[in-house]
Amino acid sequence: MFDIIRQLEERRARARAGGGKKRVESQHARGKLTARERIDLLLDPESFEEWDMFVEHRSTDFGMDKSHIPGDGVVTGHGTINGRTVFVYSQDFTVFGGSLSETHAEKICKIMDQAMKVGAPVIGLNDSGGARIQEGVSSLAGYAEVFARNVEASGVVPQISMIMGPCAGGAVYSPATTDFVFMVKDTSYMFVTGPDVVKTVTHEDVTQEELGGATTHTTKSGVSDMAFETDIDALEQLRRFMDFLPASNLEYPPVIPTDDPPNRQEPSLDSLVPENPNEPYDVKELIVKLLDESDFFELQPDYAKNIIIGYGRMEGSTVGIVANQPMVLAGCLDIDASVKAARFIRFCDCFNIPIVMLVDVPGFLPGTQQEYAGLIRHGAKLLFAFAEATVPKVTVITRKAYGGAYIVMGSKHLRGDVNYAWPSAEIAVMGSKGAVEIIFRQDLDDAEKIKEREQEYQDQFANPFRVGARGYIDDVIMPHNTRWRIIRSLRMLKTKKQELPWKKHGNIPL
Amino acid sequence: MFKSILVANRGEIACRIIRSARRLGIKSIAVYSEADRGALHVDMASDSVCIGPAQASESYLNMDAIIEAIEETGAEAVHPGYGFLSENATFAERLAAADVTFIGPGPDAIRKMGDKIESKKLAQAAGVPTVPGYSDPLSGAAEAKKLAGDIGYPVMLKASAGGGGKGMRLVEDPAKIEDAFKSCVAEAESSFGDGRVFIEKFITTPRHIEIQVLADSHGHTLHLGERECSIQRRHQKVIEEAPSPFVTEKMRAAMGEQAIALSEAVDYVSAGTVEFIVDADRNFYFLEMNTRLQVEHPVTELVTGLDLVEQMIRIAYGEELAFGQDDIRMEGWAMESRIYAEDPMRGFLPSIGRLVRYREPVTSAFGITKNVRMDGGINEGDEINRFYDPMIAKLVTNGDTREEAIRHMCWALDEYYIRGVANNLGFLSAVMHHPRFQRGELSTNFIADEFGERFIPDQTEHKDLDLIVAVTGAVHRIAEGKLLGLQSRNLSGNIMSKQDIHLDDKKVVVLNGTFFPIVTSDANGEIAVRVRDRNFRIETDWSPRSPIFAGAVNGEPISLQIEKEGSHYSVQHTGLTAHARVMSPLAAEMLGRMPEKEAPDTSGQLTSPMPGLLVSLEVEEGQDVKIGEPLAVIEAMKMENQLFAERDGVVAKIHLTPGDSLDVGELILELR
Repeated sequence: MFDIIRQLEERRARARAGGGKKRVESQHARGKLTARERIDLLLDPESFEEWDMFVEHRSTDFGMDKSHIPGDGVVTGHGTINGRTVFVYSQDFTVFGGSLSETHAEKICKIMDQAMKVGAPVIGLNDSGGARIQEGVSSLAGYAEVFARNVEASGVVPQISMIMGPCAGGAVYSPATTDFVFMVKDTSYMFVTGPDVVKTVTHEDVTQEELGGATTHTTKSGVSDMAFETDIDALEQLRRFMDFLPASNLEYPPVIPTDDPPNRQEPSLDSLVPENPNEPYDVKELIVKLLDESDFFELQPDYAKNIIIGYGRMEGSTVGIVANQPMVLAGCLDIDASVKAARFIRFCDCFNIPIVMLVDVPGFLPGTQQEYAGLIRHGAKLLFAFAEATVPKVTVITRKAYGGAYIVMGSKHLRGDVNYAWPSAEIAVMGSKGAVEIIFRQDLDDAEKIKEREQEYQDQFANPFRVGARGYIDDVIMPHNTRWRIIRSLRMLKTKKQELPWKKHGNIPL
Repeated sequence: MFKSILVANRGEIACRIIRSARRLGIKSIAVYSEADRGALHVDMASDSVCIGPAQASESYLNMDAIIEAIEETGAEAVHPGYGFLSENATFAERLAAADVTFIGPGPDAIRKMGDKIESKKLAQAAGVPTVPGYSDPLSGAAEAKKLAGDIGYPVMLKASAGGGGKGMRLVEDPAKIEDAFKSCVAEAESSFGDGRVFIEKFITTPRHIEIQVLADSHGHTLHLGERECSIQRRHQKVIEEAPSPFVTEKMRAAMGEQAIALSEAVDYVSAGTVEFIVDADRNFYFLEMNTRLQVEHPVTELVTGLDLVEQMIRIAYGEELAFGQDDIRMEGWAMESRIYAEDPMRGFLPSIGRLVRYREPVTSAFGITKNVRMDGGINEGDEINRFYDPMIAKLVTNGDTREEAIRHMCWALDEYYIRGVANNLGFLSAVMHHPRFQRGELSTNFIADEFGERFIPDQTEHKDLDLIVAVTGAVHRIAEGKLLGLQSRNLSGNIMSKQDIHLDDKKVVVLNGTFFPIVTSDANGEIAVRVRDRNFRIETDWSPRSPIFAGAVNGEPISLQIEKEGSHYSVQHTGLTAHARVMSPLAAEMLGRMPEKEAPDTSGQLTSPMPGLLVSLEVEEGQDVKIGEPLAVIEAMKMENQLFAERDGVVAKIHLTPGDSLDVGELILELR
């Protein structure tokens, strides 16, 4: 008995040592923490309960039978973040380069299965060289098992991937099927095929960083939601992020007590929208002035900047914000913006997070580049996602709401629950200039007349009363009161129940 | 008394005048340009009239429009404030012709004092000493050389029509006098359309001290003591105070007497200011007389207890001064800081934009009167635009002594909260805490001597970093405590269970890269923080929604600005901007182990800090430059601004040529 306990201690020590001193040092020299250090930072102190510490791989080929390290390159288990349970797996790059073996995959699957049973989020800290090639197809089967569980868990428990090292080849499809993908700058990268293969096939010269670094995925591809400076920043911010999310689709988002008054007025918002309708303004000012303690966790801040998405709180409870950004492309909807917002809305809907839409949109972005790339299909995603969502939906039109984009951006017609307009709102089919050029085509030569007609059109539609008269908006509100009005609506909507007709699932235009 | 007064100005001074008018029961009428439609002075006035587009030349300087507004509203008098039409004799005459009272001196006095050369002659005739030199325009370079020899170097060449620092050349070396003369004439011609230039002695440690005078139309002229305005940057006053720490009772009497003599020589009526330059031996020389209300008039008001605007109105109405020279007492000390929208990091370039957050300091905390006066004219959400002066407001404090006035100023500056537009609050704080400033050893070169061309807030010294660490630790403890209250419910409304977690009392505060281990704990409603071997007890009602921390640390009231930005806190106190993060000892240990990331080096790129025009390049490709050397001059907001090298290097490539227009962030040149 005493001997067993001593053995246990030894085995634990061996597992904790990971790939050994030298490999740990080299991990540190790259600016990376080890798998266990990351877990220590992510979870509440002493809350981690490790599972499967003694699991070892079963491979015997290529001399693998002589090389066993307990844990097999991934640390798994559960713990808490500010007291709430999460399941975690953290790949250990110091052990076989973090490569995924059959047993490594089994460990991940085990905690995912358990997370589904208890309704708790799954966080993956990815740092892996890829498949354990020595194991051949068993390793691929392992990936597939993980992917299948990612898909099954989607919409049941939040799944978050933090890429903290390499993540290449088939491995990328696990993070890709999770809800959020975060990265660490300079030390992480993701791609399906690496620079060497790219070179052979397409003769393109590209570095790892250019092909799949954090900058690429947060600015160009939109694959990643956010990049952080270091492992420490990343894990600290991930803790903050988790506080916004419910543990599963059977929970409401958490509430954090606040003394920020719900009826706080912001007089400066009355002058936010410039008098000149073509002058931009920064909608982020509106967002932070609406939210509790001005605390806004923006997602994809450097991708499709013409739309802003992210989480904040109102009366302590999480809300998802979707806002057109007039500072970029005049706030137009294009393919990237539509997809960015659509995916965000779907997550909110999965997890009972109310959606607040802040609208100032002159339309969809015109041009062959957009049309050829399928703006029709991609724009429809946003429409589909919003119309399908059954969570509380509050919309505020601050200025322009033109044409199809008006409909898509949280309109009443797509089952917006409460739709407000600021006095500066203009809801119309298009801007007055374009409209007059179509309606009064015969007068086009007469500049004087056209100007008159434009004014006429402007007077008719450049105010919220026309749509107010039809009930397309519920009220015209003063900008300084917006926080209070939204909060009152959200209070009213707390008990909202809306059922969609039974279906296996809708067919969103993917 | 007048029934209504039109205020021909904007911003803080318009608000200031309206306040006095209100108190006197006089209806105030504001005028505004299209850019100022929603401005505070318009809100405050009883009535208002739009007088034209944003450009000052078409609105606040447009006499026709203002006279039309007077006719429309039936205003009986006009207060011009400062700047704009305040020293315009023609405007005063036109008002007189329209039978409207101009609240200020007569056109004749304005005209005489407006001309540098004539005013100097008048001063000499009145027995007021002027800086050794010759007030007649120089006939040419040869004469400049001869006279400079007579006066003795260093000398200053000055444009007769000059002002605001333009058209001046300092010459220390006799070999350079001819070139300096030529360029001075050229600049005078291009800036003022008047190429006359005169010469005078240059005073090496000059102080700027001025005397406030008040004269009624019944032949009484008084002085209200001095103000010292030596803290200037590029001839722009930044901090003013009354009295001056340098002026003796005897000197005050002598300066006052001479200011009165000069005023009487031009039959001066209303409030006016006689400016002197004072050398290290307390010799003072007449500089010029400003025939209007000065920006810095509040410091005189706080030490004399008089309302200068009220006095101006009464005088204009024809009343006699209700007091004599013997009744004037200077009591206590007053200090004024001008809050400018400018970026100290970028050589104090003017900054424009929306005041996203704007909160003025409160006037009382913990029941202690803080003796703070705000002369503001702006609201949160207002725009600082390129059309007008970038001054946001004036912050004025007083106390029984100079130390007390400075202490009040320090508190008030720490509480002043501005976001959206770069500003000089931190810089003002740094001046207030500067030992040389506190000793009162001022000169107009103070800023150039002590700070140079720039001010870097996160490299400013702080006398007690432990204090900042302690407050940051306390703030973090409060914020973390809130997270403990996190609660979630399932869809049936049941509260979900949660593991109890306890906060670790041990933390490490990393402040601008230095590690400070701390221990925090709750103690009878206070937070106790141990920083190394020092104990701090912190009492505060701070909550995470407030960007200002106000509280008492070991019984001493303190306020500082603290905001969470991602995983960092940005802390501002007494001029220092620090980046702090609060970590568990474990995280701090890991951070300490991490190799430092190399930040991408952008110091070799010179980009335009604001939209404008590239006026000139000071360097050529291939040239060696040293840190701090000027690289280019850009014009923005009607001001020429130099851009400096952020490091040593060689000019690798120049991307633009003078005359090109610039966007924000546009690359001008690169260093290698």
